[in-house]
Amino acid sequence: MSKIKQELEKRILVLDGAMGTMLQQYNFSEEDFRGERFKDFPVSLKGNNDLLSITQPKALKEIHAKYLEARADIIETNTFSSTTIAMADYQMEDLVYELNYESAKIAKEVAEEFTAKEPHKPRFVAGSLGPTNRTASMSPDVNDPGFRAVTFDDLRLAYKLQTEALIDGGVDILLVETVFDTLNAKAALFAIEEVKEEKNVDIPIMLSGTITDASGRTLSGQTAEAFLISTAHIPLLSVGFNCALGANLLQPHLEAIASKTEFAISAHPNAGLPNAFGEYDETAEEMAAQIEEYLKKNLINIIGGCCGTTPAHIKAIAEVAAKYKPRRHSELVSESHQNND
Amino acid sequence: MNNKAENMDKNKVSPLRGEVGEGRKYMQLSGLEPLILNENSNFINVGERTNVAGSRKFLRLIKEEKFDEALAIARHQVDGGAQIIDINMDDGLIDGKASMVRFLNLIAAEPDICRVPIMIDSSKWEIIEAGLQVVQGKCVVNSISLKEGEESFVWQAKQIKRYGAAVIIMAFDEVGQADNYQRRIEIAERSYRVLVDKVGFSAEDIIFDLNIFPVATGMEEHKKNAIDFIEATRWVRQNLPNVSVSGGVSNVSFSFRGNNTVREAMHSVFLFHAIQAGMNIGIVNPAMLEIYDDIPKDLLELVEDVILDRRDDATERLLDFSETIAKGTKKGRVADESWRENSLQERITHALVKGIDTYIIKDAEEARLNATEPIEVIEGNLMIGMNVVGDLFGAGKMFLPQVVKSARVMKKAVAYLNPFIEAGKSEQQRALGKVLMATVKGDVHDIGKNIVSVVLGCNNYEIVDLGVMVPPEKIIETAKKENVDIIGLSGLITPSLDEMVYLAKEMERQNFEVPLLIGGATTSKAHTAVKINPEYKNAVVHVNDASRAVTVVSDLLNKDTANEYVLNLKKDYDAFREKFLKRGKSKSYISLREARQKKFTIDWDTSNIVQPKEMGIQVLKQLSLKELVPFIDWSPFFRSWDLHGKFPNILTDDRVGEQAIQLYEDANLMLKEIIAKQLLKPKAIFGLFEANTINDDDISIKKKGKEITIFRTLRQQLKKRDGVQNIALADFIAPEENGKTDYMGTFCVAIFGADELARTYRDKEDDYNAIMVQALADRFAEAFAEYLHKQVRTKHWGYANDEDISNEDLIKENYKGIRPAPGYPACPDHLEKETIWDLLNVEEIIGVKLTESLAMWPAAAVSGFYFGNPASKYFGLGKIKDDQVTDFANRKGITKEKANKWLQPNIADI
Repeated sequence: MSKIKQELEKRILVLDGAMGTMLQQYNFSEEDFRGERFKDFPVSLKGNNDLLSITQPKALKEIHAKYLEARADIIETNTFSSTTIAMADYQMEDLVYELNYESAKIAKEVAEEFTAKEPHKPRFVAGSLGPTNRTASMSPDVNDPGFRAVTFDDLRLAYKLQTEALIDGGVDILLVETVFDTLNAKAALFAIEEVKEEKNVDIPIMLSGTITDASGRTLSGQTAEAFLISTAHIPLLSVGFNCALGANLLQPHLEAIASKTEFAISAHPNAGLPNAFGEYDETAEEMAAQIEEYLKKNLINIIGGCCGTTPAHIKAIAEVAAKYKPRRHSELVSESHQNND
Repeated sequence: MNNKAENMDKNKVSPLRGEVGEGRKYMQLSGLEPLILNENSNFINVGERTNVAGSRKFLRLIKEEKFDEALAIARHQVDGGAQIIDINMDDGLIDGKASMVRFLNLIAAEPDICRVPIMIDSSKWEIIEAGLQVVQGKCVVNSISLKEGEESFVWQAKQIKRYGAAVIIMAFDEVGQADNYQRRIEIAERSYRVLVDKVGFSAEDIIFDLNIFPVATGMEEHKKNAIDFIEATRWVRQNLPNVSVSGGVSNVSFSFRGNNTVREAMHSVFLFHAIQAGMNIGIVNPAMLEIYDDIPKDLLELVEDVILDRRDDATERLLDFSETIAKGTKKGRVADESWRENSLQERITHALVKGIDTYIIKDAEEARLNATEPIEVIEGNLMIGMNVVGDLFGAGKMFLPQVVKSARVMKKAVAYLNPFIEAGKSEQQRALGKVLMATVKGDVHDIGKNIVSVVLGCNNYEIVDLGVMVPPEKIIETAKKENVDIIGLSGLITPSLDEMVYLAKEMERQNFEVPLLIGGATTSKAHTAVKINPEYKNAVVHVNDASRAVTVVSDLLNKDTANEYVLNLKKDYDAFREKFLKRGKSKSYISLREARQKKFTIDWDTSNIVQPKEMGIQVLKQLSLKELVPFIDWSPFFRSWDLHGKFPNILTDDRVGEQAIQLYEDANLMLKEIIAKQLLKPKAIFGLFEANTINDDDISIKKKGKEITIFRTLRQQLKKRDGVQNIALADFIAPEENGKTDYMGTFCVAIFGADELARTYRDKEDDYNAIMVQALADRFAEAFAEYLHKQVRTKHWGYANDEDISNEDLIKENYKGIRPAPGYPACPDHLEKETIWDLLNVEEIIGVKLTESLAMWPAAAVSGFYFGNPASKYFGLGKIKDDQVTDFANRKGITKEKANKWLQPNIADI
């Protein structure tokens, strides 16, 4: 059993919070984004947060460290948009391997420092694979519902490259997250399976979907349970939801899947819903109190934060998480082992 | 096979819990929604009409790239109960791969189809893989087999596993297709072992197709085809844990093609025994299935003899019997076409009266060839017909929906004739008069106005329709420029009344002489007589139903009698005004202070306040219109067509029943199309908040104890007998001084796209369907409000999660809690909409706008409040007094003048 699986048996693991919110505080200018290396790059680079892993690695390290100080067990790499598809906007498709590799390396370095300080609390790095800015099962053209801006193979190849670089950079886990189109996620999972086979490695996979609104469905229209069934062919470490909703609104969807899967359950909700200015204003205490409701119901194995969350949120969440036992998925797993044997 | 996969298999844990205790696992599939087999699952029925090999029609549609119609077939399958749809594009004359991808992509955009799992059916791996790459749900691959040897079988299975699909395995190997019991079980077992042991395929995702072949063919070797399948099925289900068994049932009766009675009996008997043996999935045409118990005893015995191979002469006996069965041909209902043999004028009149547009262009052309000038066809043939329509309508023998259909036929004919008239440069058709129609500034409702326009148009009046939200300057300017004979104004919300008064004043000031017609839901004879009529010295008439509009307009424009008619009209309105004002004085009111002392009281110490499960704001954009259909209240729909009565009794009503049925059928056709093509889009936003009443009549909305906004409510001031309260909505929320946190909600739902859709019909001269779209969109908006209220009560707020009431009760509002709306009796003040819009950020998030009169756009929209206290109830505010207006203005921080303007319709006179 891998190290992370052992830890997962023992306690609820805490995932870190938002990267974007933290990077905003640095107020990086166009020049900062470019650094020396890209000072003559032909397109504007401000806003390409993933690039900061190369041009502002110090800031990245600081943020990772802050989350680890806040007692996070797992930190995510700064690679949400580091695919050839998403980087096309910045004409940086050729840089994708390096972006992922460097981001993984930075995160791993900081995580190892903390593990060395506290060997009883090992820290892990999850390589973040975002949804890209294109959808494989929806048309961007209202006049042609049969049109697709991206194919399964485009996505598969993009995710394959990202996965290889993340693994080479040393991540412990792959996190396919913010899934709003299940077909994109299936392409990512397909690519990961290919890389695992080719490299002959076994690396745990976390999968996290996004329920868009009160309909209780993903953007591509699936219910939480249909999403679970569509992705259950891959042996996952965990499945869950993140983004779009605050902690309280996410709860019914976690309940919908928790009783139907033997995978661990993860959640990283937003800090509430955005206010009129697009800002998230739920405080750490408020969010932690809502998350405590999950824990009381024994729904969770991995918990963290998405948009609008800060180290303060993660610290508050880690404090409540420490008071509760993880959801009993592992016992069910071993029971069914016996049945299988 | 490399070690890696084998290792993975040993460690593999089935991800889905299923039946862990019993060790039995069940297949799970998904479209947008899950399809989960369990020990109670009945037979899973696979829809098979979307198969080019099985349906000639589907093949033709795909060949001709008529994908819309092909989609309709898929939808029909799902609506008919197919739990999976099988899609097959294997035909030499089409590009199978491209067609598969195109069709699956289109299906993905149809939530009513892709809610069920897809079965990707092809004998070509290339097509299967292309299909797997475009479907987000967990599909079934149909099929693979050992036909090409184990290596390719393993490779394909591994790919399928990685794509996340279940698979049908044909009982086929390197030698050929299994055609007896022994071969079936040998191939099944070998396939199973390879899949489970070598590939690590989950057994519950394996479906065996054990080959259903025809029986009673006359060939000795076919006798056991059915029973061998059934017995092999039994063996597979007993010996290969967790798998499913499937097959195409209609094959079994192949030799009885043309004799449906026998075929249907054979299918039923075969399924009856196969299902008992463990067949749990199948491709069956439900139309080709007799109910087992309904099969006549003699036929049943003969069929069972054949299926179960019980007698040597079974086939001969069934053949003999089948020849005795009369092959009753089903004859479709043919429309009565005998009217086509009548004279030309009779045909045209018939088409107009019955609203049949099939032959109107042909008939109009025939009339044109007979006429000297094309204009004669309109002024002669068509007007003769329309006069019959007008007479029948006037006599109450035709109803509004029919008249609107007649107008559609008329317009179609006129549109056809116009180019000839233009070309001939003959003099323009002379209308009886020109009527300007407009919905006033700030208002967006125009169904009534459109209906009146159509009816007047039918009666040879020329209509200048300025549409909705028309500013007064534009009405005045157009009236002058077009030299109109009458101006008609329409409005639904109360602020429109002021607009109408303003327009009457302007017409007076600018010395207009043309009559002014007033109509729309918010208008009344009282308001017209009291507020509008005195402002304009010429004729002002309140007309609230379309059938009266024609007579009123004709009286007003008849040169001989108009003067006297207007004189009488003025007298009548003056008298009405006097009487009305006196009546107003007879009512008495109490001061706001007194009214507050008589407020509606709830014992807050014992009242059960339920905290909403989900606080804050939520959006709902992904909802199928289909979900809303059960919530539709049809009675107001019929009312909008001037058919009065309660649904469903109206359908059997002596007077209007026949028309109501016709209208209801047309509405349902349109409803189906709207749903199928997603022509309208529902969107909603709602929020649940902490709330406490402050200062008697205001509700403070809070977030974590901090006030974020305030709703102002109005209190009844009518003097009532002792012990009867003077209610305000604020009474239903716990007062702040009580120290308890209470809750309330607000919402806005809207149906987008109705205006655009109605326009496409109007562009085709089809007012009937244009009005139908608007009327249905309004019903959908109300149904959506009802649906969302239910979701809020039972789920999001959750105070009524044990609620289980019928939709009729919903329409009758037999539930706890209320959802009053600004602009309606309990809260006539439209200004509170602005507060809702700010609080929920309605416009930015779902795109519903407020006009300057605070009407919502799109017009098919509902907004309001949620009160959850079981004591809360609907009430009418009635009239209020000046002291409350002053108090309201002060509380809200607006000028007295503004308060007066908005509360005007509710302020007691004098």
